[in-house]
Amino acid sequence: MGEVNLSQVMDRNRSFVDRVIEESGQDIRQCYQCAKCSGGCPGSSAMDYPPNQIIRMLMLGMKEEVLNSHTIWVCMGCNTCTTRCIRDIQVAAVMDTLRQEAVRAGYVDKAKLVLSFNDSFLWTVRTFGRLFEPGMAMINNMKTGNFMKDMQFGLPLMLKGKASMFPHRIKGRREMKKIFEKVQGGK
Amino acid sequence: MTKYAFYPGCSLETGGIEYGMSSHAVAKALGIELLEVPDWNCCGASSAHMTDHLLSLALPARILALAETLPVTEIVAPCAACHARFAAVEYELGRDEELKQKVNSLLERPYTGKVKLRYYLDIFSNPETLSEIEKKVKKSLKGLKVACYYGCLFVKPPKIVNFVDDPEDPQSMDNIIRALGAEPVQWPYKTECCGASLGVTLEDHCTKLCNDILGFARDSGADCIVAACPLCQANLDMRQVTVEKKYGVSYRMPIPFFTQLIGLALGLDPKTLGFPKLFVDPVGMLKKVGVA
Repeated sequence: MGEVNLSQVMDRNRSFVDRVIEESGQDIRQCYQCAKCSGGCPGSSAMDYPPNQIIRMLMLGMKEEVLNSHTIWVCMGCNTCTTRCIRDIQVAAVMDTLRQEAVRAGYVDKAKLVLSFNDSFLWTVRTFGRLFEPGMAMINNMKTGNFMKDMQFGLPLMLKGKASMFPHRIKGRREMKKIFEKVQGGK
Repeated sequence: MTKYAFYPGCSLETGGIEYGMSSHAVAKALGIELLEVPDWNCCGASSAHMTDHLLSLALPARILALAETLPVTEIVAPCAACHARFAAVEYELGRDEELKQKVNSLLERPYTGKVKLRYYLDIFSNPETLSEIEKKVKKSLKGLKVACYYGCLFVKPPKIVNFVDDPEDPQSMDNIIRALGAEPVQWPYKTECCGASLGVTLEDHCTKLCNDILGFARDSGADCIVAACPLCQANLDMRQVTVEKKYGVSYRMPIPFFTQLIGLALGLDPKTLGFPKLFVDPVGMLKKVGVA
């Protein structure tokens, strides 16, 4: 059996974990695994690791497993975990940071549907200033190849006057474009 | 006359149009002035905060900065997701001058923080307005059993979004419902998550969460679930047919907004309040209180 250099791996992942702590502003080292976050999590039954395990895995430096998990993409940010954390950790904020880290590091296999939704949503906001749902749904369905997704709601929404054929364009579109360009280029 | 800056958000002109209609009708009847923020943009919702921290602050900060041009001291957002984004701006930029400058460098008009966020339910449930509502009730909703559904982001996490209500057992909507003569039922899912945008990205799980909420409301004897957030309302109302198909149940549970119920009790026309816009037919519920 060859030599395994544990310290090198630990070093590399420690910088990742340190970055998660800094970017989220949450000191996950305070966690003592009471698992209240997972007990109340409405997404846990659809996750591969419940939130308390994600926190523990981070502390053990399991970067790949964490960034490759379904969990971070199932979390809907309801903040029940954050509300109940006895150690004052904003667990949902850690999930936000992990999603951004996963995209940056290219762990996107399990994120395709969420990323395509977010991109479609934000594209309409960037272009018109407000969300334009029919446009978002169409772009999203083309990106995912699931052309009929939610199309059964299209006509009833139109008939009830709940969807417009055309987007509303705000006056400050140039400002919106500038905001998007600066944040995307400024990282 | 009490004045607030009003941020409708994208839903109140589309999927949650009846929330907008009833909000304006009820505010007028109660002498509350809702001034729409000029040229408002989308708050970015969860798509922005999943994508980029700075973006998630700059989009709502632009809205708050525009609200500062109005003759008001407070702003309300009837959508829980928008409310939570404004709360994040107040919380984070209020603690970090450097971050505030960074966000302001992206905006044409700087955010100063002089217009404060107010919890939307609270502009109706505060003691003065509540007694005003009680005085103006023309048509008591006596006999109607209501499951008050607050959703997550109006009350969680309490340190950031809300200083008025309890995050696990909020009371402001219950107090409003009582003032209208109806009975708020005791039930455990007041602030459980509806699945939000999982309806698009992981529909099966969203359907499960909605089924849990609908089931608990029915088992608690409720005639309807009253919502305060347009996304929660859309999931429970529009997707109820998906839930019924998947779980082989028939709820037919109307999901009106709390402002629609206030309007009914004030004697306003159900049509003006947007009742025909609801997907699940509310006619049984309306009959029960004698307005249909």
